[in-house]
Amino acid sequence: MIEIHLILVFMIAAAVVAVWVKDLLSAVVAVGAVGIGLSMAFLVLKAPDLAMMQLVVEILSLIILVRATIRKDLPFSASGRWVFNTLSTVLFFIIFLVFAHIALKDIPLFAKPEMRVSKIYIDESLTGTGAYNVVSAITTNFRVLDTLGEIAALFVAVIGILAIARRISHNKEAS
Amino acid sequence: MMNGRNKPGMTLIVKTVTRLTLGFILLYGIYVALSGHYAPGGGFAGGVIVALSFIHIMLAFGKEAALRRLHSGTLRFLVSGAALIFLWAAAVSFTGARMPFNVFNSELALPICEMVVVGGGLFAIFVALVLLSKADRDSE
Repeated sequence: MIEIHLILVFMIAAAVVAVWVKDLLSAVVAVGAVGIGLSMAFLVLKAPDLAMMQLVVEILSLIILVRATIRKDLPFSASGRWVFNTLSTVLFFIIFLVFAHIALKDIPLFAKPEMRVSKIYIDESLTGTGAYNVVSAITTNFRVLDTLGEIAALFVAVIGILAIARRISHNKEAS
Repeated sequence: MMNGRNKPGMTLIVKTVTRLTLGFILLYGIYVALSGHYAPGGGFAGGVIVALSFIHIMLAFGKEAALRRLHSGTLRFLVSGAALIFLWAAAVSFTGARMPFNVFNSELALPICEMVVVGGGLFAIFVALVLLSKADRDSE
């Protein structure tokens, strides 16, 4: 388990660099380093599926950040209301730690899963879905519902962005 | 695309390498989407790779070349149609009935639908962000 701690330290250091560095391009590169660290952590924890997805999404978000958002005319404000900002940050951090302490006491130990959830799948997936066996019930019913939520979120984002872009192009034609 | 000079996009080296590697990237995205049902991968990762291949064209050749290969009307039709098929399959599979058109619920159609939605959607987001950015609008 030493390697996962090394990766976590690397990710935290990269995140701190991303916040503190002045140059925006360097900050974007540091955010990319955090994503690569997360991908390696997934690989160490034996989840190559998630590691692959994290890697490609990280590449895409890095391209979008570099190509489409980094400009010289970005508005940037670093002044004002630092007392309120600091107080709210500390307050939310304390709330997060309290709730994390309560929640972490209840979950099972690492790498010792309980059979509570998977027993429900084994017992009731055949009668609940009408599939022929448990594997196809999970791959074509439960995973499809999971993916449907993911696709719905992405679809709403696409519709919103296309609506905004269409309005801007209408304004450009009118003027 | 002819001489690389006075054209939108990057230099001749980047354009040549893009022309060579483009098909392989697209093919790899489709492979990841299709083989992802039991192996690492899946429709989401494959769709992101497909979107990356179109973004690749757009970065190397400029946005006209990318939109010439994939019109925005076609893009909208593909994304909406695939999302509707997916919604239908997911809704029917939870009614407990064995559906009449079982081909849509197969292991081939659902990753393809997911790949189309994710790939087209992310490419549309990238196009819209590039069209929205101020420097590109001023340079036109």
